[in-house]
Amino acid sequence: MSVDSTPLDGPVAASPRADFVADFASSKTAVFGAVLLLAFVVVALLAPWLVPQDPYDLAKLDILDARLPPGSPSGDGAMHYLLGTDSQGRDMLSAIAYGLRISVAIGVLSTLCAALIGITLGLVAGYAGGRIESLIMRIADMQLSFPSILIALILLAFLRPGLGNIVAALIAVQWAYYARAVRGTALVERRKEYIEAARGLGLSTARIVFRHLLPNCLPPLVVVATLQIASAIALEATLSFLGLGVPITEPSLGLLIANGFQVLFAGKYWISVYPGIALVLLIVALNLVADRLRDLLDPKLRSR
Amino acid sequence: MLAFLIRRSLQSIAVLFAMSLIVFAGVYLIGDPVLVMISPEASQADIVATRAALGLDQPLWVQYGRFVGAALSGDLGRSYAYSEPAIRLILERMPATMELAIVAMAIAIVVGIPLGLWAGLRPDSLAGKTIMSGSILGFSLPTFWVGLMLVMLFSVSLDWLPASGRGATVDVWGLKLSILTLDGWKHLLLPALNLALFKLALIIRLVRAGTREALLTDYVRFARAKGLSNGRIVGVHVLKNILIPIVTVVGLEFGSVIAFSIVTESIFAWPGMGKLIIDSIGVLDRPVIVAYLLVVVTVFIVVNLLVDIAYSVLDPRVRLSDAGTQA
Amino acid sequence: MSDAVLEVIGLKTHFASKGGVVKAVDGVDLAVRRGEVLGLVGESGSGKSITGLSILRLIDPPGRIVGGRVLFDGVDLAALDDEAMRRLRGDRIAMIFQDPMMTLNPVLTIGTQMIETLVAHPRTPALSRAAMRERAVEALKRVGIASPAERLAAYPHHLSGGMRQRVAIAIALLNDPDLIVCDEPTTALDVTIQAQILAEMQTLVRGPATSSPLALIWITHDLTVVAGLADRVAVMYAGRIVESGTTAEILESPRHPYTLGLIASTPAAAAQRASTDRRLEQIPGSPPSLAHLPGGCAFRPRCARAQDDCRVEPPSVVDASGRSLRCFHPVEHAR
Repeated sequence: MSVDSTPLDGPVAASPRADFVADFASSKTAVFGAVLLLAFVVVALLAPWLVPQDPYDLAKLDILDARLPPGSPSGDGAMHYLLGTDSQGRDMLSAIAYGLRISVAIGVLSTLCAALIGITLGLVAGYAGGRIESLIMRIADMQLSFPSILIALILLAFLRPGLGNIVAALIAVQWAYYARAVRGTALVERRKEYIEAARGLGLSTARIVFRHLLPNCLPPLVVVATLQIASAIALEATLSFLGLGVPITEPSLGLLIANGFQVLFAGKYWISVYPGIALVLLIVALNLVADRLRDLLDPKLRSR
Repeated sequence: MLAFLIRRSLQSIAVLFAMSLIVFAGVYLIGDPVLVMISPEASQADIVATRAALGLDQPLWVQYGRFVGAALSGDLGRSYAYSEPAIRLILERMPATMELAIVAMAIAIVVGIPLGLWAGLRPDSLAGKTIMSGSILGFSLPTFWVGLMLVMLFSVSLDWLPASGRGATVDVWGLKLSILTLDGWKHLLLPALNLALFKLALIIRLVRAGTREALLTDYVRFARAKGLSNGRIVGVHVLKNILIPIVTVVGLEFGSVIAFSIVTESIFAWPGMGKLIIDSIGVLDRPVIVAYLLVVVTVFIVVNLLVDIAYSVLDPRVRLSDAGTQA
Repeated sequence: MSDAVLEVIGLKTHFASKGGVVKAVDGVDLAVRRGEVLGLVGESGSGKSITGLSILRLIDPPGRIVGGRVLFDGVDLAALDDEAMRRLRGDRIAMIFQDPMMTLNPVLTIGTQMIETLVAHPRTPALSRAAMRERAVEALKRVGIASPAERLAAYPHHLSGGMRQRVAIAIALLNDPDLIVCDEPTTALDVTIQAQILAEMQTLVRGPATSSPLALIWITHDLTVVAGLADRVAVMYAGRIVESGTTAEILESPRHPYTLGLIASTPAAAAQRASTDRRLEQIPGSPPSLAHLPGGCAFRPRCARAQDDCRVEPPSVVDASGRSLRCFHPVEHAR
C-alpha cells in the first residue's frame, strides 16, 4: 500500500518546458486538436489574403450567383465557388473564413477581458477576505446559478444586436467563472509561507497579489480560459443564430448558419452545413487541447 | 424538516423579490417599446397617447409599485403584442416546455449513467474510449447545430420523423401532454434528443470520473475483500456514492435545459415558452419578458429545493438543517 | 507443515511505473499455522501491506503478482479463477484495513454492510433474513459493541473510529474464516482504543474455539503491538523477509542487524538503556527506493556490520527450529 516509488536521486528534468511539450504531444488527439486550432487561427488572422473574395464588399457580389452548389463556376467564370454560394451570392469559402475571423475574435476578446476582470476581482476577494470577499462572491454565485444563455439573452434584449454589445454580454456572462476559480486558489495560496514572507518583507499589497499570488493561481486558469473561449464561441454562435448576436453586415459563423437554415429543407445544405462544420471543428479543437492541458496541469490526475 | 421548508420558502421569496427588482429595472430602463410597436408614421400625439395608455409615462418607481401590487394578485401585465395577460401566455406554453425539458433530462440520465459506468469500469476498452471521445463531441457541439443536423438527417434525408411542431396531446388534469401518444413521441424525440445531448455528455463524464474515483476507495477494496460480487459492488456501493453528485448536477443543469429549450424550440417550432420569449425579445414585449423571467426563476427555486431534499435523502451524512448552507 | 493454513513461497509482486519496476514484494516466504498469530513487521514501504493484499489477490494494475505461490490449506490461490477466489474472500480468508473511516461505505448502514457479507457467501441450508440479522448482532457483541441491534441501522459516521474498526473486525468474523489478514488496523486509532482492540483480538484468538481455530496475520510497523499478540514474527525490509521466528526469539535475541535496529529504536528500549542518554536511537539512512534497489543485501548501505561479501544477496536460511534469517553477518547472542 504505502509504496514509495519516487527515486531518491533520480534524473533532474532536462527542461520543464520541453517536458511539458513532450507530455502534451503524447496524446495523439491532443496534437490533432492543437494542429487544427493553429490552422484555424492562421486562417482567421490571414483571411483577407487567403480567400478569393471579400464577402463584405457588396459591390463585388453578383446576386445571379446566389445559391450555387459547391464547385460551381461564377457567372463571369473568374473563379470557382469551392463551397458554393449563399443567398446573396457570397462565396461560402470566403464567408466562412471571414466568419471564422469574427467568431475567433469575439471568443478570444471576450474571454481575455472577462479573465482580466474576473481574475482581478477573484484575487481581490481571495486576498482581502471579509466583506469584500462576501460581496464579490455573492454576486458571482448568484450569476453562476443562472444559465449563461439566459443572462446573455436578457442583456442582448436590452442592448440590441451589435458587435460591441455581444462582446460585452459575453464578458458579463464569463467573468464569474474566473472570479470563483481564482478566489478558490487564492484562498489556499494566501496561507502559504511565501506570502507570509512577502508580507514580512513589507511588500505592497498590489505587489504581493500580482507578482507573488497570481503566478501560482494561473495554471488551472489556462484550462478554464481555453474551455471558456470554446464556450464563448459556441454561445455567440447560438445567439447569432437566434438573431440576437452580431449584425447581419458582419456575419459570424453562427449567423451564416442561421442564414442557411431556411433553405436547408430545399436541399441547399451547403449554406448552413459548411459553416457549421467549421464551427464544430473549431470548438472540438479547443476542447481537445483544453482536455489535455487539464490532464497535465491538474496535479490530482497526474498518474495518467 | 418543517423549519427547513419554512426557511427555504422565506429565502425563495426574498430571491424572487430581488429578481423582480433587477428584471424590472433592466427591462424597463432600456429600450422604448412604444417605438417598436407603433408604425413609423405615427404622430407624436399618438406616441404620447400609447405611452399613457400603457402607463409608461409614470415615474419608474410608480411603475414598479404598480407592478408589484399587480404581481401579488397574479397579474403580471398584459402583453403588448398579444393583448393578453402575460402570465397566461407563459403558463399556457409552460407544459410544452416542461415536457420537452423533463424528457430530455430523463434521456440524459437513463442513457448517461450506464454509459458513464461502462466508461469508468473499462476505461481502456474500445467502448470506453469511444464513449469518452463521443462525450467530448457531445458538449462541444452547439445545441443549435446539433438540432440542424438532426433535422437534416432524420427529417429531410430519411424522413423518419417530423421536423417541427408538437404531436397530438392528451388532457391529463387540465395539462396537455403529448408523451401519451405515439404521434406525440414522434414529434418529441428529435427535439428532446437535441436538448439532451449536452447534458448526456456531461453526465457521462461525471459518472465516469466518479466511478474511477470510487473504484480506488478503501470501501470498495474492503467490499472486494469481503468477497462481494462485482455486480453488487458497482450496483450498490459505487452507484449509491456517485448518485449524490449526479443529483446535484442534474438539478443545476435542469435550469440550463430550460434555458436551452429556447434554441431547440426555435429550430423545431416547438410551441413552448422559449419560442415566445424570442419573439417577445424581438419586439421588446416587456410584460412577457418579465413574466417569463419570474416564472423561470420560480422553477429554478423549486428545482433547487427538490435537489436539496433528494441530496439529504441520498447522503446520510447531510442534515436538512444545514442544507440551506450548502455552497 | 501439515497444519499450515497458509504457506507463501517466494511471492513476488511488482508494480510498473514511470520510474521503473517497483519490486514491492520480492521473494517472500511465510507460513501460518491454524490458530497462530503471525506478526509481519516492517517500516512504510517495506512491502508488508502489499504482501497482505497479494495473499487475497487484491492487487490491481499497474501491480501484478509475478512469481511465487500462495497455498491456502494446500490450494494454490493463483490457480483459482476469479469467481472461486471471490468465494474464498470474506468467507475463509478475510482482511481488515488500516483506516476505518473509509473502509466502511459512508452511504450504507452498518447492517447492510454486514448482511451483504452473509448474502454473498450463502450456506446450505440457507439463512433467513432474520437469522442473518441475528448473526450480525452476535458478531457485534463479540467485538464488544454495546446495543448491537440499534447499531445495525446506524451509518458509519455515527460511530467513532474505534467502533468502526470493531465493526470491520465483526464483518471479518461473520463467516467464521480460517485466516484474517489485518493490515495495521490499530495504527489510525488512539493509543487507548488501540490497547482495547488488541486485548479483544487476543481474546478472540485464544478464547473459546469456534468451528475452527482462527489464524491471524497482523501487519504493523510497531513492534510493541506484536509483542503481546503474536506467536511468531516475520520482519520485512525492502520487499523481503529478513528474519522470522517466534516472538520471544525475535524480540529477545534478534539476529538481523535491521531487527536489532528496530528494537533499539523503540521508546521502551531507550528507557531500558543503562546510560542517561534517553534519546531515541535511529537506524541511520533511509529505506531504499523499491524501484532502484542496491545490488546485494538491501540493508547494506545502512548496516554497521556490512562487509564486502554483502554485495551478494544473502539467501534466506532456515534452521531446524523454523527460524529464518537472511544475513551473512548476523548479530550473535550469548546463550
